[in-house]
Amino acid sequence: MTKDIIKTQKLTFDYIRRDEEGNVEGITTAVNDVTLNIAEGDFIAILGHNGSGKSTLAKHMNAILYPTEGTILVDGKDTSDENNLWDIRQTAGMVFQNPDNQIIGTVVEEDVGFGPENLGIPTNEIWERVAESLKAVNMYEFRTKSPNKLSGGQKQRVSIAGVLAMHPKCIILDEPTAMLDPKGRSEVIRAIRALNDVEKITIILITHNMEETIYADNIFVMDQGKVALSGTPREVFSRVEELKRLRLDVPQVTLLAHELKKAGLPLPAGILTKEELICHLS
Amino acid sequence: MSLILDHVNYTYDTSTSMSHDALRDINLNIKDGEFIGLIGHTGSGKSTLVQTMNGLLKPTGGNIYYDGADINDSDYDRRALRGKVGLVFQYPEHQLFEETVFKDVCFGPKNLGLTEKEINLRSFDALEKVHLEHEYFYQSPFDLSGGQKRRVAIAGVLAMKPKVLILDEPTAGLDPKGRDEILGLISKIHEETNMTVILVSHSMEDVANYVDRIIVMNKGEVFMDGTPKEVFTHPDELEKIGLAVPEVTYIVRELKERGLNVDTTVTTLQEAKETILKALEGR
Amino acid sequence: MIRDITLGQYYPAKSVIHRMDPRVKIIGTFIYIVSLFIVNNLIGYLLAALFLVFAISLSKVPVKFMLKGMKSIAVLLLFATVFNIFLTPGEIIWSWWKLSISKEGLLTASQMAVRLAFLVIGSSIMTLTTTPNNLTDAIESVLKPLKVIKVPVHEIAMMMSIALRFIPILLEETDKIMKAQLARGADFESGNIFKRAKNMVPILVPLFISAFRRANDLSMAMEARCYRGGDGRTKMKPLKYQKADALAYLVLVAYLAGCILLRIFGQYVI
Repeated sequence: MTKDIIKTQKLTFDYIRRDEEGNVEGITTAVNDVTLNIAEGDFIAILGHNGSGKSTLAKHMNAILYPTEGTILVDGKDTSDENNLWDIRQTAGMVFQNPDNQIIGTVVEEDVGFGPENLGIPTNEIWERVAESLKAVNMYEFRTKSPNKLSGGQKQRVSIAGVLAMHPKCIILDEPTAMLDPKGRSEVIRAIRALNDVEKITIILITHNMEETIYADNIFVMDQGKVALSGTPREVFSRVEELKRLRLDVPQVTLLAHELKKAGLPLPAGILTKEELICHLS
Repeated sequence: MSLILDHVNYTYDTSTSMSHDALRDINLNIKDGEFIGLIGHTGSGKSTLVQTMNGLLKPTGGNIYYDGADINDSDYDRRALRGKVGLVFQYPEHQLFEETVFKDVCFGPKNLGLTEKEINLRSFDALEKVHLEHEYFYQSPFDLSGGQKRRVAIAGVLAMKPKVLILDEPTAGLDPKGRDEILGLISKIHEETNMTVILVSHSMEDVANYVDRIIVMNKGEVFMDGTPKEVFTHPDELEKIGLAVPEVTYIVRELKERGLNVDTTVTTLQEAKETILKALEGR
Repeated sequence: MIRDITLGQYYPAKSVIHRMDPRVKIIGTFIYIVSLFIVNNLIGYLLAALFLVFAISLSKVPVKFMLKGMKSIAVLLLFATVFNIFLTPGEIIWSWWKLSISKEGLLTASQMAVRLAFLVIGSSIMTLTTTPNNLTDAIESVLKPLKVIKVPVHEIAMMMSIALRFIPILLEETDKIMKAQLARGADFESGNIFKRAKNMVPILVPLFISAFRRANDLSMAMEARCYRGGDGRTKMKPLKYQKADALAYLVLVAYLAGCILLRIFGQYVI
C-alpha cells in the first residue's frame, strides 16, 4: 500500500478582513471543510477558477498558511507544530505563479543553489544537486545566464529546479503557467510530467487550465472553498455540464464529443484526446 | 478614417552591435470598424507593431498614416492621436494609480483637455460599458478583484473614446471565467460602437470565435492576413511557426482524411458539430 | 535598451586581477584610498600613479573604460578644483577684479584633483573586474567582524544581491508603466519642475505598488525554500584565498609602507 504524502482532515481557513483601525470587518472562508488524501508518487491536479480556494489550500501544504480549523499532515507531520516547519518545507517544495518574483539569484545556478544553501548542505554536494536539478528540467546549458535574459517558461523551469535541488518528496505548483505563453506552458508541463514519471516525485498542480490536467492521476475541482468534484480525468471530464456550471474551460475535444453525444451519437463519456474522438467517429 | 502602415520597419538598438529587427517591411491597411486578431508568438513583433500604431514607437523605416496624415511628421499631434488610437497594454491593471476607480478612469479624458462635465460623462459611460457595478465606482481600485481591475483599466482607455482600440493580450493571466467576460465585453463594444478593434493574442482559439480578420506575425513579418477561415486552411504552415489552428479544425481535417465527408473549413465548435452530424447522417 | 544597464559595469576578461579573491580587491581598494591621503609630496604621488598604472595593466581592462568612470564625476572635479584655486587664502600669484589665485590654492587644488581622479580610477578597477555577486559576497565576508556589535551583515549582503537582481526588472517595469500612461495621453515633458514632478505620480504609484507586491512574493518564495537568515547556511561558492592572493596582500602592504615612508622621509629624498 502506498503512503499518503498529504492528508487533510476537515481543513478550514478563514481570511479575516480588518478595517484601518484593525477592527474585524468580515470573515471570508477561503477553504471550507476539505478532507482529502494524496498518495505518494501521484500526479494530482487541483482545478478551480480564481477565488475558488485552490491557492489557499496549496499554501497550507507548504506551511505558509495554517488551518483555522482541522488539520493537515505533510508526510505524516502536522503543519501546525512549529518544530516541523523546516522539515515540511523541505519535503513539500513550492513553485509560484509569477516567474520573476521567485528567483533570488542573479545567475541561474546560484538561484538553484539557494535552497540547498539554506539547508546547510556541504559545498560539493550543492554543486552536484544544482547540476542534476538543472539537467532534470533541461536548463543545464543556461546555468551561467542571468535569469533576466530567459523566457517565462525557462524561468519557471529554473524555479522548479530550485525546488528540486532541495530533494523534496512532493512539489506543489501554484498556477505555474498562468503568466506564460503557449510555448512556455508546454515546456513547464513537460518538465513536470517528467519529474513525476522519472523521479517519482509527487506533483500537485494547481491550475485553471483543464488541458493541463489530462495526464493527472486524480483531479480535485474546487469551488467556493470546497471540493466540488473529484476523480480521474475521465470521470471528471465526463461531467461536462457540471464543469461548465463551475465556469471551467472544458477542452474543445471533450466539449465537441459531449455535444455530439447529446445529439444522439453513441460516444463514451469523458473523451480526453482528439485521437480518441476520431477513432470513435470513423 | 483608416490606419495605413507603409513599409514599416523597426530595429532595436540601431547603433549597437546588439541590434535586431523587431519589424520588417510591414504593409497593412486597417479599415474602419474591422475586428482584427493579431496573432503571433512572444517575440514575433506584435507588441512592437501595436506600439508604432499610436506613435509610442517611431518606426526606423516606412510611414504610418492615420486618417491620411503621417503620424510621425514633426508637427503631428501625437498626444491627440493617442486619444484616437487607444492602446491597452498587457496587464493594464498595473497602471492604476488613483484613489478611486472613477478618478483613475478620468485620467485619460482629462489629459485630452476636455471639460469637467465631458470628462465625468465619458468616464461614467466607459465604466458602464465594462459592466462594473456602481458600488465600486468610488472605491480604491486596489481593493478590486483581478478581473475587475482589468475592466477598470480598459475603461480608462475607452473613456478617451478612441476610434481604434488596440488590446495587447487582454486576457493574459485571467481564468476562463474572467477571459470570457473580457472577450465578450470587447465584442459587444465593437458591435455597439463599430469601433475598430485590434486584439493581440497568442491563442487562435480565443480569437477565432470573435474576429473577422486575422493577421499572423512571425519574426517581425506579416506571415498571413485573411479571414479566420482563410487562415485556418493552412494548418501546416501555421504549425511550422509554432502556432496551431483550433482543435476542432484538426478534428474535422483528420475525419476527412479517414473518408468522412465533412467541411474542413470549420473553426468553431458549433460548426464542427453540425458538419460532423450532417456527414454521419449522409452515410 | 533600458534592461541592459548592468550595475557595477563589470568588464569580463581573464586577468590576474579578475581571478583575485574579491576580498583582496575590496581591502586593496581601501588601502589605496588611504594611501592617497597619506602621500603629500611629488614622489608620493608618483608612486601612487605608478601603482595605479601597474594595476590597470594587470587588469587587462581598456583604459577607455577606466576613464568612463571619470565622466560622471567630471563636474564635481571641476567645481572642487575651481573653488580650491580661488578660495584658498595665501601668497597671491595672480589676481584680476575680485578673483585671485594663491600659490597654496593652486597646490591644494591640484592635489585634490589628483586624489579624486586616482580614487575614482582605483575603485573602478575593483568594480570593473569583480561581478556584483562576488562583490556582495566579499562585503559580507569583510564586514563579518561587525556582527559582534550586532550589525546585520548577512542581511545587508542579501539585500544588496536582491537589489541587483530586481533593479533591471524595475527599470523595465518603469518603462512599461510610462508607456502605458503615455498611451492614456499623459505628458511628462512640458511644464515647470513642480508640474513635472506632479506628473510623475501616475508612474511612481504603480511602481511602488509593484515593488511591494514583488517584495511580498519574493519573501514568501524565500521562506518556502527554507530561508531563515544567515545562521546554519552553507555557501555554494565560498570564498577561498589562493597563493596569488597572499602575494597581492604582500604587494599592498609594501606599497602602503612605501607611502608612509615617503611621507616621513620624502623631504630628504628630494
